[in-house]
Amino acid sequence: MTGLSFADAIQLLLVGLSQGCLYSLIAIGLVLVYKATEQVNFAQGEFMMLGAFVGYQFIVLWGLPYWLGALLTLVFMGGFGYGVDALVVRRLTGQPVFTVFILTLALGIALRAVAGIVWGFGNYSLPAPVEGNLAFGSVIIGWSSVLAILVTAIVASGLYAFFRYARQGVAMQALSLNQLAAFYMGIPVKRLTSSIWAMSAIFGAIAGLLLGPVTLVSTQMGFVGFKAFAGAIVGGFGSIPGAVLGCLLIGVTEPFFDIMFPTFKGIGAYLIMFVVLLIRPEGLLAQIYAKKV
Amino acid sequence: MRVLFRKSYKQDIRLFRDRTQAFWYLLFLCIALAAPLFLDGYFLDELSFVYIYAIAGLGLMILTGFSGQVSFGQAAFVAIGAYAHTILLSRYGVPWILSLPLAALITGLVGLAIGRICGRMHGLYLAIATLSIAIVTERLIGGGGDFTGGHRGLPVPGIDIFGIAIDQSWKTYLLNLALFVGAILMTRNLLRTRSGRALIAIRDSEVSARSLGTNVAFYKAYAFFLSAVFAGLAGGLLAHAFYYITPETFGMGESIRLLLMIVVGGIGTIYGAIFGAFFIVLLPTVLSWVKVLLPGAIATSGGFDSLAFGMILLGFILFEPDGLYGRWVKIHHYFNVFPMYKRRSFQRQKTFLKTERLK
Repeated sequence: MTGLSFADAIQLLLVGLSQGCLYSLIAIGLVLVYKATEQVNFAQGEFMMLGAFVGYQFIVLWGLPYWLGALLTLVFMGGFGYGVDALVVRRLTGQPVFTVFILTLALGIALRAVAGIVWGFGNYSLPAPVEGNLAFGSVIIGWSSVLAILVTAIVASGLYAFFRYARQGVAMQALSLNQLAAFYMGIPVKRLTSSIWAMSAIFGAIAGLLLGPVTLVSTQMGFVGFKAFAGAIVGGFGSIPGAVLGCLLIGVTEPFFDIMFPTFKGIGAYLIMFVVLLIRPEGLLAQIYAKKV
Repeated sequence: MRVLFRKSYKQDIRLFRDRTQAFWYLLFLCIALAAPLFLDGYFLDELSFVYIYAIAGLGLMILTGFSGQVSFGQAAFVAIGAYAHTILLSRYGVPWILSLPLAALITGLVGLAIGRICGRMHGLYLAIATLSIAIVTERLIGGGGDFTGGHRGLPVPGIDIFGIAIDQSWKTYLLNLALFVGAILMTRNLLRTRSGRALIAIRDSEVSARSLGTNVAFYKAYAFFLSAVFAGLAGGLLAHAFYYITPETFGMGESIRLLLMIVVGGIGTIYGAIFGAFFIVLLPTVLSWVKVLLPGAIATSGGFDSLAFGMILLGFILFEPDGLYGRWVKIHHYFNVFPMYKRRSFQRQKTFLKTERLK
């Protein structure tokens, strides 16, 4: 830890912040689905990977302009998310949570394989939406990282407003409290649930498009999803501010951990999660009562 | 249809239901013992793998299937068992016959510690915590330097029991079979005892179990301990089957494969672990036969195996959540009650979401 100057520390902090923002975009997708249906989507990382690959198809292989390609990707992934719920997950409504764990794990395996078959198992580069760097003295931050932070802020505050003020948002909250009661009140439960899956897939795709230029697009990039899980759990699964907070915490501490213990690179996120769970088994911003019998 | 009359309380906890069942199991055991006479080395090795995976699966079944504690980290325990066994054998020269139980015990103690910590977590939190144990264990072994061999891995010495070298397929087959049968008997016996029933009570409802006087924290740790002991045993045997172990062999993917294995087999039953092991070990062989019939572009693309695996799993979860064993029970029931079979007799009760969250 000795060789770390102040500027280096700020640099790492900024890198961690933008990384944490990408984790939180994935985590927001997870938490949305969890909040609405108490289903956990272990394939969220794979949704992100698929988003990145679809973007690669549109932007690189078909040569569409970046923003048009990105828009088409989001539309496609929205439809994909809607379809996954409408065709597959909906059949398991009313089954134990564990069943959905396994279903989404299997879905993740299948999606990785499909992406590998369609696009190949190599690494592919995706162009960044904005090029260049922003320099403050010796501290340099890429515009794409700034964009990641901005997008996360917009998505998080937009969702907050959506759940607070929009009709559909309030309906989704009702749905997440009591499915059957919401159904009796005339809320279109099936359609809303599928829309939530679509939203979650769209946020995954945004994360994929932003992460693609940084880590390269490959079938393995979905494993980042597990760090988003760790972050969401640190914050207390089931609250969007909590998930964002937890992901930022993990994103910021991760580069420092990797520098301190280079041999154990990559496990910092999980250790932090473990420590938090030791102290507060329900996460930092817990929202769960004791289960009823 | 046979009707079983209950004549004593002991009848519920007998090892075999009746003479017929005992006869069939003994017949199966005899066939398994005689297998080296009519199977060649390749199939014996495959069957050895089935037995080893079944032992690990039984461990996971105790934890996930019987105690209801979802674990995504079973491969971590398998890894600890494999490494402890290999290191004890090759570095400290412990005889094989001592080293394997020692490795299982070490793994069990690690499991106990983790069970103590994870006992307070539920559902998703537990799943992710155990998943992170799998990831962290892989990294710790990889970063362990010379002691664990790092990412280069460790060679595994041969098996030697009281001067008898176990170096041929049929010998390892019989050894694995013996330990596999032992593991089944242990699990079966566990379910007949007070502690086994406590585990099942915790699975069905933690609050009810606690109100009936079950020490929930103790029995959860106990389940983790037993599960880790089985995993450690399987790890030791697996190390010999692989000849060379690296941390990547026991990564997160392997943990998830083990979990999916018991789901395909049928969660909550001993048969489930065994059927699941057959499924997961024999699937690549079967797929390689199927691939010959498919057009080259699909067969050679590399993702075919995992695509088939994922799709088969999706099919099971959607259409047969009780797994292979559940299907077997249904077929059995169909013939038992022959013209009177109703689909409804196996329908599950649905529970619609009513959250316990604050907002």
